[in-house]
Amino acid sequence: MSTGTTTSAGPDRADALRPVGRPGRPPAQEYRPLLGWAVTDALTVTRRNLVGQLRQPQILVFAAIQPIMFTLLFRYVFGGAITVPGVDYVDYLMAGVFVQTVVFGGIATAVGLTEDLASGVVDRFRSLPMARSAVLTGRVLADVARNLLSITLMVAVGLAVGFRPDSVAGLLAAVGLLLLLGVAFSWYYALVGLVVGNAEAAQAAGFLVIFPLTFASSAFVPTGSMPGWLRAFADNQPITAAIDAIRALVLGQPLGEVVPVALAWIAAITVVMAALAITRYRRAR
Amino acid sequence: MIQVSGLRKAFGAVQALDGIDLAVAGGTVLGLLGPNGAGKTTAVRVLATLARPDAGSARVAGFDVVREPREVRRSIGLAGQFAAVDPNLTGRENLLLAGRLAHLRPPAARRRAGELLERFGLTDAGRRTAGTYSGGMRRRLDLAAALVAEPLVVFLDEPTTGLDPASRADLWSVVRELVAAGTTVLLTTQYLEEADQLADRIAVIDAGRVVAEGTPAELKSRLAATRLVVQLPTEDAVRTASARLAGIGTGVPAVDPGAQTVVLEVADGPAALTEVVRRLDAAGVAVRGLSLTEPSLDQVFLSLTSRAA
Repeated sequence: MSTGTTTSAGPDRADALRPVGRPGRPPAQEYRPLLGWAVTDALTVTRRNLVGQLRQPQILVFAAIQPIMFTLLFRYVFGGAITVPGVDYVDYLMAGVFVQTVVFGGIATAVGLTEDLASGVVDRFRSLPMARSAVLTGRVLADVARNLLSITLMVAVGLAVGFRPDSVAGLLAAVGLLLLLGVAFSWYYALVGLVVGNAEAAQAAGFLVIFPLTFASSAFVPTGSMPGWLRAFADNQPITAAIDAIRALVLGQPLGEVVPVALAWIAAITVVMAALAITRYRRAR
Repeated sequence: MIQVSGLRKAFGAVQALDGIDLAVAGGTVLGLLGPNGAGKTTAVRVLATLARPDAGSARVAGFDVVREPREVRRSIGLAGQFAAVDPNLTGRENLLLAGRLAHLRPPAARRRAGELLERFGLTDAGRRTAGTYSGGMRRRLDLAAALVAEPLVVFLDEPTTGLDPASRADLWSVVRELVAAGTTVLLTTQYLEEADQLADRIAVIDAGRVVAEGTPAELKSRLAATRLVVQLPTEDAVRTASARLAGIGTGVPAVDPGAQTVVLEVADGPAALTEVVRRLDAAGVAVRGLSLTEPSLDQVFLSLTSRAA
């Protein structure tokens, strides 16, 4: 209780030093099992990623406009010239648009991750006692939430331009499958972000793979109209597999063959990309 | 609090750390001083568990940085050269995020965020996103985020690079508060003045090695001599003085007849001064002036780190 000429800022020295911290006292940190923290930390990082995306509305708006433009383009400009036997073209089209929306949307993960690496945010995370996995799982979970939003938007847009799913149950199952597909591609984009290192390159590198996969697929036209060599590729790649399964679900077509194939692709991509991304993240130190 | 021995780390062909030994006692500041590319940042990254050393060992707060990284991370705070704050979150949200990820209970995280915003003069700015902050504010927020969990050891990697003088003075006072509270600080800097002002001990690092280590005063006296300058009224007096003063100090007296001065390089300034006065008095030489010039850390630094000068 010195009141004289000492330089401490207040009557109680310990209190005066409070703001910068009193490292001698028992830690205020909470103890929990590691797995519990892995979940909590992942949710904390997820929330941070979502808040960040919501505060960049320009990015969200442009991300939403792109699939809407594709819908309008193929529904009203090209659609009249495309005939798919047995279905209305708009019903055929929307499965492709949904998959494209999810697959392109994941690019935000690659860009966000490179930005966090470059800005030092990842270094800060790595210096904290948080679960290491949360940096990547927080990205993937944020993508799930964002994909749910964008799929809902695109279903609404589809309904507005004449898309009529066969059943609500089929539509909901399709949404579930789309979310799983989103997870698979989030891991791919996480790997791209970790490997490439800057946002522009991540965007370019992401599209380099995704663009041909999306267009050389059954997204907008049946693969039967393609030349043989291209058709061979288009019929045996994951985007076509996913689109065919989604289409079968929303149109009420037989699921027996297409859904297992799509699930197998999704599982394979998830496992391989997650393993590569996690290894890469761990090694980068 | 920090013990480092034989630490090595290479990036490809570049040997960033080439066998570093350091020891930092609890509640003190070690200044890691060196030019760009000397290995300062790599050393901090290894100690903060962001990089894995190729060889050697390091313990921080009693824990091994390779085998017990989680325990080390519970004990440290890191503020980097590049402010690692999220531009899309507000100042308060940034501190809450750091608090939650440091595993503070939510009420503790909120209380710390409020305290730190107040201490760093960011209470009002705490409601704005960090993207709107000036460079100095962002750096303060970054430092605040490093202090959220009241760490035992704080690493500051070039904390004042690019800051204006007022912000730098502010940061210095924070470091002094930390040390007064018992925190151990390792700070890297390219600024000699900063190391001189803040550090209890300085390790000069160059090309991945510690080339000198000691208190600021020790480094100055060990590495550059104090200069004792005797100003004399006439050239005769200069001649007499240089003859009489031979043997004092570390070399032969340097005579500058034009300026009518005799310069001695001495290890112990005050003792040499007494001896000079005694001898000149005995010889009846009048003196116009006497001055002692302490070596600057700049000279020390340059003599240590100039490669193939």
